[in-house]
Amino acid sequence: MSTSAQSRTVRTATRPGRSLAILALVLVALSAAVFIQGATSVKLGLDLRGGTSVTLQPRIAAGSTGKVTSAAIDQAVAIIRQRVNSLGVAESEVTAQGSGVNRQIIISVPGAAGRRVVELVGQTAELRFRQVLVSGAPGATATPSTATATPPTGVSAELNTKYATLDCTKASNLQGTGTDNAKEAIVACDRTGSGKYILAPAEVLGLDISKASAAINQATGAGWYVLLNFNNNGTKKFGDLTTRVTTLAPPQNEVAIVLDGLVVSAPRINEAITAGSAEITGSFTQLEATDLANVLKYGALPLAFDRGEVVQVSPTLGADQLRGGLLAGFIGLFLVLLYSLLYYRGLGAVSVGSLLVAGVLVYLMFLLLGAWIGFTLTLAGIAGAIVAIGITADSFIVYFERIRDEVRDGRSLRSAVETGWHRARRTIIVADFVSIIAAALLYIFAVGGVRGFAFTLGLTTVIDLIVVFSFTKPLVTILARVHFYSSGHPLSGFSPQSLGVITSTPKEA
Amino acid sequence: MSKFAGLGGRLYRGETSVDFIGKRRRWYAFSGILIVASGIALSFQGLHLGIEFKGGSAFTVTKTGISIVDARSALDSIKIPGEPIIQKLGSNKVRIQTDALSNEISNQVQDALASKFGISVDSIDTQTVGPSWGKEITRKALYGLFGFLIVVLLYLAMAFEPKMAIAAIISVIHDLFITVGIYAIVGFDVTPATVIGFLTILGYSLYDTVVVFDKIRENTRTITSTSRMTYSQAANLAVNQTLVRSINTSIIALLPVGSILFVGAGLLGAGTLKDLSLALFIGLAAGTYSSIFIATPILATLREQEPAMQALAKRVAARNAAPVAAAVRSTESPSAKTEGGKNQKRGPRNQPKKKGRR
Repeated sequence: MSTSAQSRTVRTATRPGRSLAILALVLVALSAAVFIQGATSVKLGLDLRGGTSVTLQPRIAAGSTGKVTSAAIDQAVAIIRQRVNSLGVAESEVTAQGSGVNRQIIISVPGAAGRRVVELVGQTAELRFRQVLVSGAPGATATPSTATATPPTGVSAELNTKYATLDCTKASNLQGTGTDNAKEAIVACDRTGSGKYILAPAEVLGLDISKASAAINQATGAGWYVLLNFNNNGTKKFGDLTTRVTTLAPPQNEVAIVLDGLVVSAPRINEAITAGSAEITGSFTQLEATDLANVLKYGALPLAFDRGEVVQVSPTLGADQLRGGLLAGFIGLFLVLLYSLLYYRGLGAVSVGSLLVAGVLVYLMFLLLGAWIGFTLTLAGIAGAIVAIGITADSFIVYFERIRDEVRDGRSLRSAVETGWHRARRTIIVADFVSIIAAALLYIFAVGGVRGFAFTLGLTTVIDLIVVFSFTKPLVTILARVHFYSSGHPLSGFSPQSLGVITSTPKEA
Repeated sequence: MSKFAGLGGRLYRGETSVDFIGKRRRWYAFSGILIVASGIALSFQGLHLGIEFKGGSAFTVTKTGISIVDARSALDSIKIPGEPIIQKLGSNKVRIQTDALSNEISNQVQDALASKFGISVDSIDTQTVGPSWGKEITRKALYGLFGFLIVVLLYLAMAFEPKMAIAAIISVIHDLFITVGIYAIVGFDVTPATVIGFLTILGYSLYDTVVVFDKIRENTRTITSTSRMTYSQAANLAVNQTLVRSINTSIIALLPVGSILFVGAGLLGAGTLKDLSLALFIGLAAGTYSSIFIATPILATLREQEPAMQALAKRVAARNAAPVAAAVRSTESPSAKTEGGKNQKRGPRNQPKKKGRR
């Protein structure tokens, strides 16, 4: 027994300083990394800074066969990202969360761009090519009877009446409906509200497109256009369609590109297109051409999206929540520190120091993870960190109570610090591990805010382990040599009264 | 404070002891009543699910002097499916909750509110959740819950003993059930933040239980060879020895949670912080209770059924004509009367200085 006690003393004599030095090095290294990365502030989530987030759930488009594939989701993410970036809002993000084909696409755009974002990504595009039968000015015709006079071939009187009463100047008619039936003739508005159409049943579908891209024709000065490539099936169908319409009189020689029940563009077909590619020209700007190409690619995906969740947080509320979260954190931390000092006296100083070191570590990690993996701090994340104050402080309590138990068993403080650690260490590891399991599973299974919470909880628990091993324990070891503590000073937390070892003096009431 | 700390010493030596395990039927009955009440409330009232789970739209307008009547009149002209629920939050916020609205109607509602109150559309906080998405969230929350219970059961079974794992899981389910029951009885809204709270409670409650069980394991390691106390007595001593820690832990855990609740409910009115901290507050109380009054008694009940432990109980009974309860320490002499003498031998060096201080 005496030899083992001696060897333990010898071992710990060199260790505390080394552990503290390593921790200090780690802190310096992390700070240097923060400095190099230029990560000056923690990235805040949209609920703290205001902004819009849309969660889309991919599903198979109605009427098409096949499965949601992982590649299709990746493609959709890329396309939506392009569209969102076209808004020009800094720090917009489009990500897929979850695993494999069971993923959601999450779009987050900070600031007050709310409605535009929702509309842009909300286009659950179903692309169709339809021959134009009738086109005209957007307003509703005052006297439907004149329009019904000569319904063109393929247009029922019923459809003609519907066309006449359709008012494309009303904003509510310019919301994509996505309900057009590919096998029927329809009436539709131009996307911008500048015209209205009667369209023949769809002949070429979005699925028939293999590729769409924006390109510029500098030689002819025609400007930006969109280049389309069809697959085999599409080449034949588009060839048939264009061959048939070129000889017809306007507007029936136009082919409308219909997305989500709205006409994106209705170019005139000048010659039959049988080569499997087509150009859509118009006086496009680069942005418009790129957007249209994206829309076409989008339509080529056999995916549709259900709008799972749309959240718009105003910057005012965001600022309120951030203030509230930080305030709660400071109050919580202050109360915990106060309680530790009142109850553990001198030892409480150790928990104050440990919590501060843990706090600095957490802050540095927030900064670095923001720069490295795009970690953003959300309100739920702040709550996770605040809750973790309790868990971290509890590791100290477990250890301190163990030391005090050992002292009650009659050990000297110096040896109690070691034997107590030996026993507390295991408890702390097992308990923290349960916490980490909880955090990891929450992170894997949950979505949205819950993930933010789980991440911070897991991170802070790991940091708790690091701090307890490399700071709290070495510090206690060092303090145990200080007379203030080892003598059992009344304020040290090891006074015989507070430990309850003195019974020879009767206690006063 | 130090008087309370002195209590820690007495609890540690077993001078002061609360008979947690002997009176277990009492705690079981108490929990049983709570669980039955929770069950009844759940089946008759159910939980008030937030729109995140059942789908719906919510609009929050912030404007000084806003009133429910004004908000309702703003919506008159819009055909909103179902009856919108309009609540006042704090002094200057109104929250309108409806069934899930299409983007079009949602925009109309925002426009109407913006023009009625003379604010910009972007300052209205909105949230729309599709019904199928709500189901997805619910499904994931349940997966998380069961995944957690299974993994933790396996882990604890490996780290401790299978029976400890079973007792720990039973007490966790107990906490969860009671917390959910309280939500059903009082009718608090259940949101994803509440679920986060529930799941965190599982972690906390287990953490607490783990610490108690660790001490039990230490106390009972050599129990069959010494024949001084039964498993239940040793377990009871462990609970008493870790009681101060349990109380301190609970206080330390409740302080930050209480401050979130204070800020969340008092200053912000509603939202993530309030939902989360309310669930935690209720759950923490249940968790502390269960690790002392439920987990350990169940463990003792399970272990006492083993033949070895029954034989031990017989030996202990034969050894002590009178019941000793937990006034005995496993590692020291069973005589409590030598306490004063021991102190003179082992007390801190400067002990005389302290005389008369308190």
